[in-house]
Amino acid sequence: MKIIIKNKSELPIYEQIEQQMKKQILDGTLAEDIQLPSIRQLARDLKISVITTTRVYNDLAEEGFIISVAGKGYFVASRNNELLRERMFYEMEEGLEKAVKSGRDAGLTDDEILAALKKFLEV
Amino acid sequence: MENILEINGLHKAYDDFALRDVSFSLPKGFIMGFVGENGSGKTTTIRSILNMAKIDSGKISVFGLDSITDTIEIKERLGVVFDSLYLPEHLNAKQIEQQLSPFYKDWDSKEYYRRLEEFELPLKKKVGDFSKGMKMKMMIAIALSHKAELIILDEPTSGLDPVARDELLDILAEYIENENCGVLFSTHITADVERIADYVTILHNGKVWYTGTKDELIEKYVVLKGAEGDIPETLKEKLIGFHAYRNGFEALIDRTEIADIPDVLEYEKASIDEILVYIAKEDKHERRSKDCAV
Repeated sequence: MKIIIKNKSELPIYEQIEQQMKKQILDGTLAEDIQLPSIRQLARDLKISVITTTRVYNDLAEEGFIISVAGKGYFVASRNNELLRERMFYEMEEGLEKAVKSGRDAGLTDDEILAALKKFLEV
Repeated sequence: MENILEINGLHKAYDDFALRDVSFSLPKGFIMGFVGENGSGKTTTIRSILNMAKIDSGKISVFGLDSITDTIEIKERLGVVFDSLYLPEHLNAKQIEQQLSPFYKDWDSKEYYRRLEEFELPLKKKVGDFSKGMKMKMMIAIALSHKAELIILDEPTSGLDPVARDELLDILAEYIENENCGVLFSTHITADVERIADYVTILHNGKVWYTGTKDELIEKYVVLKGAEGDIPETLKEKLIGFHAYRNGFEALIDRTEIADIPDVLEYEKASIDEILVYIAKEDKHERRSKDCAV
């Protein structure tokens, strides 16, 4: 897991970590079912407050990105996890919306946009 | 949550200074930053915890033990790091171990030498000739070698270069991975606290101005800026450390008070340093208005 904390960022530290972990979970860099460092290990590695890392794990668990297994620790949620799928679906929709807008801005017809999308589906 | 340190209603008066009703507690497994300007009472509080200053009233418990009646047991389980070395300066690290180890039931000689090596401290050099950073690491090595469950640091980073400060943060981050320990860390360099501390206590003029989690403190206050004329009347008395200058004003304010401020006023989140500065400014301001009234 790769986390970069910017001290000068406007975002609070917990949000910086959450964003980066979410991205890595969604793009598969953090593979499903992989065990995450404990709350205290993560705090030590990043030299940040334990309260901050606790908040990160609680938030991510609540949103379905990771799961807490009693006595074992935290794991990246499986991809068939409903919440995570929903989240990924939402990400896809957002991307599509942007793509369609770019296409229309460029003056493409719906058929042309669909054809372009199909090309990507064949990859 | 179990508290590793608990202070209730501490009073301690000197001729020209007093701690008044100081209360705060540190749960086990966390780091507390202890901040406030010079003379705010941090060292007196720490000396009271260590039973080095006789308190007038109040109760301090460490590990659930009484700071006065159980002081011997507390000291055995406690490590201290001061801004100057409390060890005989003419001795070297080896001789210091011989002197200190009999005082601690849990002294671990192997751990001591392992830490000296890790911290790159020479065995045969007089500790009085150590640099400031080496002295700090020496005191930490001692605390870790007798398995201290609570480490109290009084201004450990003043006079340290950034590299040594960073090393200290590394050591503390490693130490607190053990959830049965605690750290009380008094400092002027709030950047150190800003990152690693879980809790913050701010002392001001011998009283607790804030105690709680660092996150809540940072989220609670913002610095408000703009033109003096744009401040709504209702907001004026809520401003902390109001400071007007030629082109506008700056002041600290509780974030909950700014729900419906006019757009012409800008605000941004306040660092712990800024909070300390505005607290001090508020004081001068109050003194000034009192003088005017007289």
